[in-house]
Order: sequence, then C-alpha cells, then structure tokens
Amino acid sequence: MSAQSDAAASRPGRWQPAVTQDPMLRKHGAQGHGALGQPVSRIDGPLKVQGKARFAAEFPYEGLCYAALAFSTIARGRITALDTTAAEAAPGVVLVMTHRNAPRMKAPSLMMSSPTAAGASDLPVMQNDEIHWNGQPIAVVLAETQEQADHAASLVTADYAVLPATTSFEEAKKTPRQLDNILGQPPVVEIGDAEAALKGAAVQVDQIYRTPRHNHNAIELHAATVAWTGDELRVHDASQLLDLTAGQLADIFGLEADKVRVSSPYVGGGFGGKCLWDHQILACAAARLAGRPVRIMLSREGVFRIVGGRTLTEQRVALGANAEGRLDALIHTGIVAMTTHNSCPEQFTFPARHLYAARTIRLAQEVADMDMLANTFMRAPGESVGTFALECAIDELAEKLGLDPIELRRRIEPDKDPTSGKPFSARHLIDAYDKGAERFGWNRRSATPRRRRDGEWLIGMGCATATYPYHRFPGGAARIRLKADGRVTVSTAVHDMGMGTATAQAQHIAARLGVPLDHVTFEYGDTTLPRGVIAGGSTQTASIGGAVIAATETFVEELLKLAGNDSPLAGLSLAEVETRDGGIGHRDDAARFESYESILRRSGRGELVCEAEAPPPAEMEAFSMHSYGAQFCEVRVSEITGEVRVSRFFGSFDAGRILNAKTATSQFKGGIIMGIGLALTEETNFDPRSGRIVNASLAEYHVPVQMDVPAIEILYTDIPDPQAPMGARGIGEIGITGVGAAVANAVYNATGKRIRDLPITLDKLM
Amino acid sequence: MNFTINGQSVEVEADIRSSLLDLLRNSLGFTGTKKGCDQGACGACTVLVDGERINSCLALAVQYQGRSITTVEGLGSDGSLHPLQEAFVEHDGFQCGYCTPGQLCSAVGMAREIERNIPSVVTANLSADSVAIDERELRERMSGNLCRCGAYNGIIEAISETLVKTPATPQVRARA
Repeated sequence: MSAQSDAAASRPGRWQPAVTQDPMLRKHGAQGHGALGQPVSRIDGPLKVQGKARFAAEFPYEGLCYAALAFSTIARGRITALDTTAAEAAPGVVLVMTHRNAPRMKAPSLMMSSPTAAGASDLPVMQNDEIHWNGQPIAVVLAETQEQADHAASLVTADYAVLPATTSFEEAKKTPRQLDNILGQPPVVEIGDAEAALKGAAVQVDQIYRTPRHNHNAIELHAATVAWTGDELRVHDASQLLDLTAGQLADIFGLEADKVRVSSPYVGGGFGGKCLWDHQILACAAARLAGRPVRIMLSREGVFRIVGGRTLTEQRVALGANAEGRLDALIHTGIVAMTTHNSCPEQFTFPARHLYAARTIRLAQEVADMDMLANTFMRAPGESVGTFALECAIDELAEKLGLDPIELRRRIEPDKDPTSGKPFSARHLIDAYDKGAERFGWNRRSATPRRRRDGEWLIGMGCATATYPYHRFPGGAARIRLKADGRVTVSTAVHDMGMGTATAQAQHIAARLGVPLDHVTFEYGDTTLPRGVIAGGSTQTASIGGAVIAATETFVEELLKLAGNDSPLAGLSLAEVETRDGGIGHRDDAARFESYESILRRSGRGELVCEAEAPPPAEMEAFSMHSYGAQFCEVRVSEITGEVRVSRFFGSFDAGRILNAKTATSQFKGGIIMGIGLALTEETNFDPRSGRIVNASLAEYHVPVQMDVPAIEILYTDIPDPQAPMGARGIGEIGITGVGAAVANAVYNATGKRIRDLPITLDKLM
Repeated sequence: MNFTINGQSVEVEADIRSSLLDLLRNSLGFTGTKKGCDQGACGACTVLVDGERINSCLALAVQYQGRSITTVEGLGSDGSLHPLQEAFVEHDGFQCGYCTPGQLCSAVGMAREIERNIPSVVTANLSADSVAIDERELRERMSGNLCRCGAYNGIIEAISETLVKTPATPQVRARA
C-alpha cells in the first residue's frame, strides 16, 4: 500500500483506492453518466438469439474425435482390474486412456494457492489406481463419433479393492476439523462471552438449520474442444477463470505459460461451476496421446459425477435479546461436509460477521471430511445458505419480541462493522427495506400466522436480508487502443457467462473515455488478451473497473504528452483534466479542449495503445464493503397437499451504482429464481451408504421452471459506493441471498410451521 | 440420409443411432440447437418438425427424413430477425443464451398449438370455443424449457408482445 501511495503521490490525479474516489464519480457526480446505467440491450443478444454464438463444444476441427468417460462405482479403494479390450475393439474407437497409459501429469494445485492455481481439488488426475470418490473417471474413450465413444465407454469394466469410506455426514461430523482460515478470514470470531449472554437474555432463539447439497446445473453441459500443435495447446473452454486455467494446464503438462491459449467467448451459464475440472485435463491428455483434436462434452450425469456442487450445511443460530430488541448475543456456528483434498468451506458464518450489532458474538465453523467429489463454490457460497439460517432466526426472534421483523432489523442496525470495527463504505440496508416494504405492501401482512386464505390456499408474507461482500481482485490489467477515427477497443481476459459484462463494460468505457457507445469495442474471453480476473465472487465488474481506471490514467498522460505545446491542453497534467466529448478538456475551463482524433492527427500517430494494471484493492482493507438487499416474498400454501407456490417476489437492493438497468435487473432476478429453487425444490441426493449421487439428472434435480416463477419486481437504491470503481459493487450473487429465509418466513406466516430444513417440500408441511 | 432443414435439402452420412440433435450439431454443423441434458428434461434442443415443437435429443434422426425441420437458424428470414428474436433481445429474455434457441423454437411451436385451440393442464374451460390465454397459460406451456439464468419473466414478456397477446395485467399481480 505504501508503494502505491508513493507512486500516486508522484502522479497527482491518479486514483488512490481508499484515499481518493474514482474520478468518474467526481466528474459526473451521482447522476448523468451518459450511457452508464441505461437499459442497453445486451451487445451479444442478436448473435445469441440466432444461435450464432459459438460455445465450447461448437468449434470445428479437422480430424476431431469425440470423448466419453467411464466412472468409478465405489467411493474409496483401488482398481484391481480394468478391462478395456471390448472398448478398444468397438467400432470407431481411436483409443482408450486409463491410468495405465495416460501421460504423466502434475497434480493440479488448489485454486487461490498460487496465481496460476485453478484446481478444484489437488488430487492427481488419472495417474494411479486410487479411487477417491464414487463417480471418479477411470477411463476416457476417444472415437470418431459421439455415439461410438458413448457405446465403447459403456464396455469398460473394472474390479476394485474397496477401502473403508466415509460417506455418511452423520458419521463424519463426529470428528470435525477446524480449518486454519475460512477464505482468509478467521474460522472463529468471539466478542465477549456469547453463550453466557445468551443464557441471561430476556428473549432467546436457539435453533438448528440444515441446507442440502446443490448442483449448479447450468444448462450448457461442461465441454471443451482441445487441440495440440507440437507443444502448443489450444483450448476452447466454457470457463469463468481463463487465465488460471491456462496457467494450471501449463503447470500440469509442464509447458511454458505462453504455450497454452484458452478462450471462452460464450459460456452457457456458470454460477461457480464452470471452472477447471477433470474433463478439460483428460481431454488435453487424450488429445496428446491420440495426436488428434478432441471434443469432450459431459453427459448431464457426467456433470454430477465429476463437477462438484454446493456442500450441505448444519448450522446453529442462537440469538439473545433484551425486551427492546437489542441483541445481547449473536451465535452462528456449524459444520459442512468437505474433503481432505479441497478447500471450500461454504462460509455460512460470513453474513453474521457484518450484518447486525450485538453485545456479544460467537461465530465458528468446522468441516466434516468425507470421501466424495470435491465440493465447490456455487452462487453466493456461504451467504446463500448462511442467510437462510440467520434470517430465519431473526424472524423467529421478532415474533418472540412482538416486533415487526423490519423494525427489529432497524434496532440492530450497526453503525460500524460489528466484528472488524471498520467503517462501512456505504450501507443503505434500512433504506432498501423501507422502499421495498412500501412497494411490496408489507403493511398488509398479518403478524399472526394463518390469517389469510383463499380456499385451500393459505397466504403468507416473509422478508429477509440479502448481503454479499464487495471484493476487487488484484492483478487484472486492461489495454486501451485508440484509433485515428476516435474509436476505442478495451481488452482484458475476462468473462461474460450471461452477466452482461461486455455490455456494461462498453457502457462504462464510453462514459469513462467520453465517447459514444457505438465507438467502443470490449474484447474479452481469451488468454491472449491482457491478464484478466476470474468471474467469481461478484468481483469482476469492480476488478475490471480498477484496471480500466489505471489504463485510462496512462492513456490521458500519453495523450497529454502527444498533444504537446501547440495544444489548448499545453502544460496541463492528469489532475487538471477530464475526458469528455471524445477528447480531453480542462476540468474547469470549457475552452481548453482537444479531441482524441485531433491529438493523434497532429502527432502523426495512427493509433495509441496503453496498458496498465489495477492498483491493489486497498479499499477492502480500509472499509467494510458489502452489498445489501431486502427480499420480500408472498407464498400460497395448499392446506391439502402442502404445495408451496411463490405468488409474488420483490427484491430491493443496495448494490452501489447500477451500470445497466436491464442486465442488472436480470442478474437480480436470476439470483432470486435460483433462491426459489434453493428454498423449495433443489437437493442433490447423496446416498450415505455408497457415496453416490442418486438424482444425477435434470428430471430428478428440480431447478425452477417457468411455472414456478412469478413476475418478480426489482428495485435498487443506485447510490454509488464512494470507495468502489464506478461506485459499483458486485450484483451477481446477492440476488440468491436471503431468498431461502424470505420464502421460509412467508411459509411460516401462511401456515404457522417453521421449516428449518431445506428444501421446503410438501412432506414437511403435511 | 436426406433431410430438409430450414427449407434446404441436405444429404448426410450418419450413425443410424444418431439423435436428431447430434445429427444437427455434429454431422451438419447446425450448432444453434443446444444439448443440455440429452434426455428430454431441459428443452434446450427444441426444434420444429412440420411446425410442431419436439425435443430433438429424444428423436431418432432416421425417422425425420422427409419432414420439414426448422432450427433456430431458420426462424428469421432474409437475414433479419424473427420478431420474437428481437423481442427476446429487447426484454432480456436470456442471459447466457444457451437455452435461448430452444425457448424460441418452443414459443413458436406453442403459438401454433394455441392457434389450434389445444388446451393445457391449467386451462379452466375445456369446452370453450377458444382457449383463454393469460400469463399463467404461457408459463405453463413454456415450462418444458429450463432457463438456469432465470430469464423467465423476460421470456414471457417477449412472447406476450409478439406471438400471443395476453391481458395486460399479469394474474399474479391481480391476486395481490
């Protein structure tokens, strides 16, 4: 941070995170960013509706062969016999790869353990006879057609020496393990003696909440098309971590980093699941062995077998309050299932670290080691399921206190971060509640359950807080290329899996450089571009923002140099100018202006190219930065069948400045809909005897369908966060948070039944 | 084998086990039609056969010789978008765009079912001269097409604006 400050001090006008604001906020104030915030239709829309956007499995190659996998049927043990003769003899088969003939490869490193690590687990991939989970790939078949590959893979047979496996969570949790840290945060947070304060509290809630395993189930099946040219590897992937994937593949295959090129211009949904799993590594290995390009597209069952999902949680929330509704004690503890070869602890205690003021606090989470496929990040890991427990408990406490649940939240609203003590960069949660409550008609809710009905249908309302942290990843860079005609291209290896990245960033760049939207091209999705950041943790927009700010500073300084002494800009520095109207102008003197085209023309340049890396995210150290929201739900519950229908949903968010009203609304709605699935239907069924997922299909894993989703309404404060680039915090994940609790609280309001065990299926209400 | 796809006759050699979906994607390069489950659960592979919507992953390709197959690539005409395609862009009826070709083909097929007065499971009056179409009917009839990004509201808005006019007030709001 000090190096950054020194550098900034020598370059006045430069953005200093945590010290100065993004100059775009100063330049325009909260309003009037031109294209920024407008409901611009997505730039890639016309391609997508014509079926012309090419996804990972759709790149043609001469001599392409198709891959199919065979999976283990035990959870732990060794392969004692692996018969591939029938598969090898089957028509069209090019090769069968097993641990016996696979190229020697380094094991992946766990994601975030190094700048090139992308492993979902650190197990070696098809390098030995060990089996670590039920469904582990034991053979790859390459054939001339997919049909031939699928058939041959079905002919592979294996015998195993079975080892004892921990496949029961009930057993595993008897020997819990404490991690050193939870995503860099302490696993235990204690302020005062919370258990004693709970015992002494006038009003208490102390409950256990459970959430099951989930799978992302993006509709695009995981796929890759890979080709070797000598020792150069080309991968068309469906990826939300391009640069990490390229770096990790280079490491696995012992290649120089620049020998691997990964691209992923379109991704058919990610949600945390489109990272590096065994299938890309196996496809690259098989392609090398066969000397031919390979396409792998997992079956839907294959996705369940080898791509991890969200793990299950068992959480205790205990709240102690005085009669006025102030919290004496806030306890949130529990355990999740994990493996010894990954690190993804589903940080469910994170919401409680930042949401509410309490006199004493105890937060702690542990893991139970199981023999299973590595679990992973899925939309709002931690916060999605953590808010279910915490926000249901708050609702239970409000009822015991005889308070409206929104009024209770008003009374426990903190004035600084309750565990770190840091100031909030911006926090308008109560504002979001007030505006949402009014629009939703919260005042029509009866505090007493079972007071509204329509025939067999009991009607209830519930609300809950949504929250998700702001993060900005370091290390991302952006390149600005200005052409003589005043058009600009900004490039960085980032991702658009449907979030609207390309569209929102084009708007951002138009506003930042002061050029029309149609003069902007945003290049992304390819590791040949300047290093980008991952699409995860709702961090991408702000992270790109940081890089574009840095590149813009260099860009303006270079243009000022080129402008020279014959320009109206002569003698001005970065701190004295702003970009506007397709050029650079003095901040306070409208007459001192020169267009980009004019500067380039006078300096005899055909183009100007500038690249810079984002400054380190000092704002995250100095401030408590989070997005917030108030989720409102109305349900109808059949008294005869126990069926729950969500009849209305209203999300009121405080996520900083919104860059595109249309695509942001879709992000919020999409999160809410996944939250409706989490609340009512979604559950990955894991057989505790065999460790096998038994509902590995979209027919038996129930994601919300069109009929399950009412017209959802979205509101947002649109108040810029003074510490964030563009004033924008992430919006990709907050939508799912709080939804489980809002639905469960509405179900309680309708029926008088508290369901603390997701999903809220019919049997639990009968 | 000989197929008629988007009005064009094509001759292709293919594995007789091929589904219509794999034939389109792998043998003919019509990659607009998507594979999401390969077992009829998600609807991403929906195409039109003689104007009716089917899951092409459940269709054995050889059986569709001589039928008129329309994929997403054939919805527009003369290089311009079908009005429904334009409405999907306008109403943000997708995010990642992967289920979109199936949603579009399904909606076009559904509109034809409504024209032919075919009722759905939520149709209240089965003996009426014409099925009354509201938002609930559309949602029911489009429930075979999953969208994991959750663009369901935009999809219904796009369909209501172009293919099937519905009463202005959505039923869910009227109930509140």
